[in-house]
Formats: sequence, C-alpha cells, structure tokens
Amino acid sequence: MDKFARSLMGAAFVALAVVGTGVGTATPALADTPKDALVMAWQFDDIISLDPAEIFELSGAEYGAQVYERLISYDVNDVSRILPGLAESWEVSDDGKTYTFKIRDGVKFHSGNALTAEDAAYSLRRAVKLNKSPAFILTQFGFTKDNVDQKVRATDSGTLVMETDQAYAPTFVLYCLTAGVASIVDAKLVQENEKDGDFGTTWLKTNSAGSGPFKLRQWKASEMLMLDAFPGYWQGGPSMKRVIIRHIPEPATQRLLLEKGDVDVARNLKPEQFEPLRASKDIRLVEAPKGTLWYISLNQKNEILAKPEVRKAMRYLVDYDAMRGSIMNGLGTVHQAFLPKGFLGAVEDKPFKYDPAKARELLAAAGYPDGFTVTMDVRNTSPTMDMAQTIQASAAAAGVKIELLPMDGKQALTKYRARNQDIYIGQWGPDYQDPHTNAETFASNPNNADDGTSKTLAWRNAWDIPELTGKTASAVLERDAGKRAATYQELQKTVMEDSPFVVMFQQVEVPAVRTNVEGLVWGPSFDTNLYRLATKK
Amino acid sequence: MRRVAGLLASVALTLLGLLLVTFLIGRVVPIDPVLAAVGDRANAETYERMRQELGLDLPLWQQFGLYVADVARGDLGTSVLTSRPVLEDVARVFPATLELATAAVIIGVVLGIPAGVMAAVHRGRWPDHLVRVLGLVGYSVPVFWLGLVGLLLFYAKLDWAPGPGRLDVFYDGLVDPVTGILTVDALLAGETEIFWNALSHLVLPASILGYFSIAYISRMTRSFMLDQLRQEYITTARVKGLSETRVIWRHALGNIAVPLITVVALSYATLLEGSVLTETVFAWPGLGQYITNSLLSADMNAVLGGTLVVGAVFIGLNLLSDLLYRLLDPRARR
Repeated sequence: MDKFARSLMGAAFVALAVVGTGVGTATPALADTPKDALVMAWQFDDIISLDPAEIFELSGAEYGAQVYERLISYDVNDVSRILPGLAESWEVSDDGKTYTFKIRDGVKFHSGNALTAEDAAYSLRRAVKLNKSPAFILTQFGFTKDNVDQKVRATDSGTLVMETDQAYAPTFVLYCLTAGVASIVDAKLVQENEKDGDFGTTWLKTNSAGSGPFKLRQWKASEMLMLDAFPGYWQGGPSMKRVIIRHIPEPATQRLLLEKGDVDVARNLKPEQFEPLRASKDIRLVEAPKGTLWYISLNQKNEILAKPEVRKAMRYLVDYDAMRGSIMNGLGTVHQAFLPKGFLGAVEDKPFKYDPAKARELLAAAGYPDGFTVTMDVRNTSPTMDMAQTIQASAAAAGVKIELLPMDGKQALTKYRARNQDIYIGQWGPDYQDPHTNAETFASNPNNADDGTSKTLAWRNAWDIPELTGKTASAVLERDAGKRAATYQELQKTVMEDSPFVVMFQQVEVPAVRTNVEGLVWGPSFDTNLYRLATKK
Repeated sequence: MRRVAGLLASVALTLLGLLLVTFLIGRVVPIDPVLAAVGDRANAETYERMRQELGLDLPLWQQFGLYVADVARGDLGTSVLTSRPVLEDVARVFPATLELATAAVIIGVVLGIPAGVMAAVHRGRWPDHLVRVLGLVGYSVPVFWLGLVGLLLFYAKLDWAPGPGRLDVFYDGLVDPVTGILTVDALLAGETEIFWNALSHLVLPASILGYFSIAYISRMTRSFMLDQLRQEYITTARVKGLSETRVIWRHALGNIAVPLITVVALSYATLLEGSVLTETVFAWPGLGQYITNSLLSADMNAVLGGTLVVGAVFIGLNLLSDLLYRLLDPRARR
C-alpha cells in the first residue's frame, strides 16, 4: 500500500515536473519591447470596419488618423486654428457656395501612386454614395448620390472644386472636411479591388489605401492591429518601424503588461490603478482632454421631469466636485456647457454646485416638497455605474429617489432612442470639430413627433424647442466667426440654465506610457492621437 | 444500425432545438441589432437599408426558416462586427480555444486520474482529504481571480511564465496559419523558437483551466474507483496474491476506463465552451472571447453561429463518447 502510494506520488511529481519545465524553459520574457516598434494594450473591440468612409467608432477613428489624411487639418493644441492638410490652400467664392482647393504636389500613396485632385474627388464622392453612418457629415452640404459627381469635381490634377447648396459658415465646411469620413483614398488601388460596384469597401475593411505615415499590415478583429511605417510619407517617415496594438480586454492585465515592459502604452486603466503608477519612475500618466461630455438627461415625457423647477433642481443635486475627485480621479474635469472646452464659442462658466437646500426650495415650488421617485437607465460599465450611484445618493438628500436600472450599453441605447427612459446617464462626443455638431444634438429638434427621424438628443428627451432649433440652423449660415461664436454662447447658456440636460464633465483620456517612449501626440479627439513622432530610448 | 439512425435523428432534433432557442433569445433581447450595425448616428435611410439587409423586415417565422435553410447550406450569415462570414470567423478563432482546451484536458487527465485513484485507495486518510480540498477550491474559486493571481505570481513576480496572449509580440504573424493551432503551425514551419514561445504562453492559462478539470475528473475517478474496490473480483485478485499495484492499475482502473472516457469527453466539452473568462484574463483570442464580444455588440449572427458551433461540439463529443462506450464496453453491445 505504501509502496503504491509512493509510486503514485512519484508519478504525480513527474507529471508536475513536466508541466513545470514547460514553464521553466519558456523563453525568458524580454524585459523590453523591440526598440523600433511601439506596442500598445487597448480595448479596440468596437472596430467594425477599417474603411474610412465607414469608420465611426473611437478606436477606428484613431486607426484612420495614422493611415489616411484629409484635405484640411487643425492645430491639436488649439482646435480653433484650421490648418492646411493635403490641400495646401483654398478659396471661397463671394456667394459662399464654391470652395476651390489647391492640392499639395508630390504626395505619394503607400502604393507609390501620386495623390491628385482626382483621388480627392473620388474619395468624397465615394463616401457620399456609400452613405454609411458618418456620411451625413458630408451630405449635410446638399450632396446626394445623384448630384455629387457634379458638385465635387477635379478641374485639373491639382484643383478640387466643391459646391455646397447654401452659403454655410466656411469654418463649418472646413471642420467637416477634417473628419475621418473625408479621408483621401488611393482611387486607383481601391478601384482595382472593387467587387460588384461596392466601391472596394469589402476590400478596404481589411486593407489600407492611404497616404498617411503608417500602412496597415494586419488586422484581426478583437485581437491585433499591426501597422508598418511608410518611409515615403511626405512629412517624413516615422521613427517607429512598426506599431503593434493588442486587444487586451482586462484593465488589470493591461497594467501587468505595462509594468513588465511588455507593452509601451496601456490605454484602458481605471482610476483606482492610477495611484500606484504615479509613484513609478518607469511609467507616466498622460492627461489628454477629449471632446466627450458626460451628462444626465431628463425625459420630458415624464410630467414631473418636465417641470422647469424640477429641471433646475436636478442641477443642484449633482455633486460635481466630489465626483471629479473620487470617481473620475483624473478622467474628467467639471464642465457644464454643451460645447467642450477648446471649441469655437465654448462657454466655461460653471454656475451649478451641489446644493440640496436650494434644490428642495425649487422642488417645493414645483409642488414636490417631499421629492419624487424616478428611474435612471445606466450602462453597467465603469465609471458610468459609479457616477449613477453617487448621483442617486446626492439626490436623495432632497427626497429625490432614483431607482437605477443597470443594463448593457446597446440595450440602454435602444431604449433611449425609443424615448422610453426617465433619466439617462451617458456620454456624447462630437462628430467633427465644429460647434454645430453638438448644437445640433443638444439644441435642435426639428420634429418632436414619436416618428421624428432626426433622433437628436433633444428629440430623445422629447424637448420641443422650435425657437432654439431655428437659431441652431441659422448659426451654420453665419459667415462672421465672431457673430457665430456669440450665437453659440447664447445657445449654451439657454441650455445650461433651462433644458433637460445636466452636463457634468468633460472627459480626459489617461493613457499610461513607459517613460522611455516620447513624442506620442494625444490630441483633443481620438483621431488626433498620433503615433508618427513617437521615439523610443 | 437502426439505433445509430435514431441517434443521428435525435442529434438533428437537438441541433434544431438549439437553433430555435438561440434564435428566439436573439430576437427577444431588448437590443436593436440594426442600431448595433449602423451605430447611433446613422440617418434614417441608412438604418432602413441595414434593416432590410439583415432581413429584419420579414415576419419572425420567415426569418427563422431562412436562417435554418442558410445553416443547412453551411452559411451562418455575416458578422456585423467583422463583416466576414461567421463561419470563417469561427474557424479563425476556434483553433485557439481548441489548443487551450486540449492542453487543459491533458493536464486534467494526467493529474486528475491518478489523484482520484489515490483518494479512493486511501479513503478517509490524508491523500483523500488533500484531493477533496483541492477539488473544493477548484469548484469555488472563480477562474477569473485564479487567472489574475497566476499572472501576478508567475509572470509579474517570478518571471517563470510569459504574459497574456498567444505569443510574444514580435513573433506575431511570422508563421502562416495552417491549422490555426500555433504550436502545431510553428512545428510545421520548422520554427522551433516560435514553438517554444507559443508553448510557454499556453502553459499558464492551460494550467489554470486544467485545474478546474482536475477537480472534476479526480472526483469522478474517486467515486468510480470506490465502487470497483468494493467488488468481489478485487478481493479475489488480492487473495490470489497479485500485487496491490497490479490490482489497482490493471484490474480496477481497466474496468472504469469506459465511464472515465465519458467523463473526460464531457469535461473537454465544458472546457471548450467554458474558457470565456480565462480567455478574457489572458487576452486569448478564442471562441469564448469571440462570442462575448459579439454579445456585447449585439452581433446576432455571430452569437447564433458561435453558440451553434459550441452546441454542435458538445453534441458531437457526447455522441463520440456514446459510440466509444458501445464499442469498448461489451455489455453495451448486447
């Protein structure tokens, strides 16, 4: 019996030893990533397509910015400065409807093809005709699949002409041309890969045809994205020969990889992981303000929430400062207007503070001296859930009982778009860098009927505002930038004082980067996070 | 023969039932799949076009009929997330899970069976208690936590194991995917360095996952074994003067080999579908992660396709163990 037990133990040990040597003889994990490659850990499972005419997710937009270029760009340190891109100059006709762009000479695509005005015309037409999610950014100038061939045309290889249907503010038009959907693709290469009149979109979903500093090497959905440097880039090739982005869904795993030096950048760390990293000499936390806003909104279909005093009271029931210090912990700054800081006309006043006594007065005036009960739809992700719980606690001080309904993000959105929520808590990010993008959603609701097709945030909260809608529509036609900014300031103040929207924070992205990596640019939007100038010691 | 036909018919019915259940779940989830495909800011026209593309404008029974017809042709539809045929997607991610689960089940068999035998032979004494405690821990500790602790200890602190993922970053994409099982592909390509790297990346997640199958296999082995040790033929063998080792390993274990095959097959099936959390912690791009992602993005075709594959594997393994049972156990052939 004992002999048997011993031999059995022996067998078990041998087995363990076999497993053990498997671990032991592992190639020792290199202490560092290769010197000429940038390695990043990121959750990029939201990428649906890599075709710039279709990309409309945050991580996709960041990819597009490394691989493709637009006619126009802007200063990442000062969004209000519009800069030349692939167009080195432009003119607007006196009637404000014709834009003539001079295309930069000597730019080459990754394929070696020269970039001309024909490529630019093809790219814009293609985006309009494909009519994918981001196409509205271009079609709002009156382009349709039937007229775009006349409205957008190359008059010679270096000149692109674009005719809009109305005399819009030139800055509005130009900012829209900085959006990813206006990326210039290699017309020859894309057309070579066209299948059954699909404009090459099937091919472009997994290949690239750009002129940017990087080209796509390999994409495996929810697994890996690999870019190669393009040495022939017209502003000079990147010093990183390769960028490898790995989909690491778990923040704790990201942090381990970063601390070991197996990745250079971790993109999705949580606030509670920041503190220990702040003390590390190998890692620095970058704080990059983004245009995304956190807000709660009150559905006006709910008769309690539709009372102006109640809308006002809710503004005093959010503990902005406490949340910034605890939950956000660097991931956001207090902001109360619908235009993010840095935009033309952005208002930076913060008139509201947590004040339950004041809220009580307002609620009493509305006829609810003891408060009321409502529900709040919450995405079950951090930090949304934490914010909702904090608001639930702070609102209770004035008798407002908020019942939280946690749900999956897509489910919350489905419900929100059907206007079936009481209170919604969520984020809104601008689609392009012009103030119209947010004005249109927060301060415009052309048709408040249940079958209204323009599902702006104002519509989703059943906020019927004919006057503000008109004002928003006229603001894009104001060609004087100063006057235009003044209109947006008025709009913001109205929305700030009396609307269903309680804007709370502006998001700050906090990537954690190894200290031997320098030169990464973290701009005001995801498509201004740039890898081209990154270097590694 | 008739029995086999009956078996196959029940398999087909099970699959159809599985299809119907997943299909219905996909339709009652309060998530708009069109929205998931076109995003929050598409205009009405784009939205409507996608709705038709996805066939959601048809009556429900018609949608289901179309779906079954497509599946019968081997067409699982197109994934909204990757815009590729779901079948291709699944074929791409499945090998990663297969590799992980196979390694785990090997660990489970190599350690679980001897542990179970030992526990049975030393019933009520320390080896038995030890195996039972280890098994209990295996049942009660979440794999997620154990995975993170494993990473912290063996990767971050001790440097014995490499980090998450299937390969070190700079080996990525160097070997042509022939089977999709990296260790095999590397050997086929004659890249020993990559083979060792892939193997080393496999050890930790497979051990964590394997631990859970050790718990199950050892518990089952123990109870089968106890059953056998009470039988008369064991006493007879001992009386005949056969060595204890021979009695246990030849006679008793030989007799429980057949039910053990079923246990191992079931355990294998569970590992194939139950590696979701392990895959998340270790950033292991397999089927579990694929289905999770698809669920989170309401990519219904992918969810249905993935679930169907998992179901088919489960049913297939069950069928296999059933057939083996008949083949190996003379009593079943009557």
